[in-house]
Amino acid sequence: MPEVKYSKEHEWIKVEGDIATIGITQHATEMLGDIVFAELPEKGSSVTKDGTAGVVESTKAASDVYTPVSGEITDTNQSIVDDPSKINQDPEGTAWFFKLKLKDKSEMDSLMNKVEYDKFAKETSA
Amino acid sequence: MNANKTQLYNLHKSKGARFVKFAGYEMPIQYSSGIITEHNLTRTKSGIFDVSHMGQLFLKGGDDLTEKLQHIFPTDLKTLNINQSKYSFLLKENGGIYDDLILTKLKDGFMIILNAACKHNDLKIIKSMLKDDSLKLNEDVSLIAIQGPEAKDILEKIIKNVSKLNFMYGNDFDFDNEKIFITRSGYTGEDGFEISISNQKVNNLVDELLDLGSNLIGLGARDTLRLEAGLCLYGHDINEETSPIEANLKWAISKNRVNENFPGAEKIKSQLNDGVKKLRVGIKPNSKIIAREFTKIFDKSNNEIGTITSGTFGPSVKAPIAMGYVSNEFSKNDTEIFLEVRGKKISANVCKLPFYKKNYVKGSINA
Repeated sequence: MPEVKYSKEHEWIKVEGDIATIGITQHATEMLGDIVFAELPEKGSSVTKDGTAGVVESTKAASDVYTPVSGEITDTNQSIVDDPSKINQDPEGTAWFFKLKLKDKSEMDSLMNKVEYDKFAKETSA
Repeated sequence: MNANKTQLYNLHKSKGARFVKFAGYEMPIQYSSGIITEHNLTRTKSGIFDVSHMGQLFLKGGDDLTEKLQHIFPTDLKTLNINQSKYSFLLKENGGIYDDLILTKLKDGFMIILNAACKHNDLKIIKSMLKDDSLKLNEDVSLIAIQGPEAKDILEKIIKNVSKLNFMYGNDFDFDNEKIFITRSGYTGEDGFEISISNQKVNNLVDELLDLGSNLIGLGARDTLRLEAGLCLYGHDINEETSPIEANLKWAISKNRVNENFPGAEKIKSQLNDGVKKLRVGIKPNSKIIAREFTKIFDKSNNEIGTITSGTFGPSVKAPIAMGYVSNEFSKNDTEIFLEVRGKKISANVCKLPFYKKNYVKGSINA
């Protein structure tokens, strides 16, 4: 099983080899409400840990999407741009945001595991 | 300070409401089904809105009162029929808007519905202008709206003959051995009703409406619905710095009142004669990007020409929509403008309001 980790900005990251797939968590989508717009980084661009790498908008407001790790964007998920409601339907599955080639695997170490994230999400939303 | 709660607070909570503080009240922004579902339910079936945070002011009096109110509001109140409602404003001397409101002429006076965030200041102004220190907002009544194509049939099952009301007319009706006042009005672009009912009975009525298949709708969907309908939200699209003429609401100023005496009359007259520098317009982005409130507007030569005052995604029109003010020379429909979103200029067009239009149903009599 590939390892899945979570950031304090409510992104999830799944690593297979040196490629990471990144999206936003179920908890994030519940806080955002109905998502009506998504903007993704450009393929081939470089992103830096904790920097912005996209935008999601609900009917109410816009929110930045951050990347929890640094790397070069290798793929983006056009289907969530075409139909942003997919992000609400399957945020931690088919509605991933982008894939990147990891620059520094040790950046994964500071991220939370599932148990830690669930606790964090519960505490911060209370 | 603790936030005020409406009589329906526990009901909202039981329906999974997420609350926001609005004008000192804990109000539901959405329920568990979410804003888009709530929006679509209102457009296709019906929705119930708790608007009890709004101010309800009842003024008792006859022709004397009408005469005095003519010096406060820019609306011709003398020709208003009994039970007829009009959209109007409380204006500043400089023509700015203290509040937008609905006036209804009653048999024995007037009812005025005020915005929640403005109601205490409105009361202060109206008290001083009427020189009547005894005036009070009626806190014993709640206000709910039911809106949407099924609203009239659902409400008719509880309140006989309510579907005979004409648009922008009201009347007394009976509910559970109590007199309640209902107007055919609303703020969603749908047919519907607003119901002023005692705090004791409001939960009973809403329970009955829910049993008949209606749904509670939060402030989030109220905002997308009103913006699709091209309606202004006070504090955003209109405020103390915008006049009704600049807000493109001159239809709400009675023509025969323009030369008379009410606050802001001079400014309104001069703007009607000489034109305005800025005008509220509808704005349709030419992409999927949403331009929110405070987004700057530019012309094609990169000159700043205005600001967005409301912007969201319209669930019924399935596209981003916005309203804002632009310099008058850019206010014509189809003028291309540019909106600065996240550092990029995106193309948009000035467009006709509303974005979404349905014909208001006429009743058969002025009940």
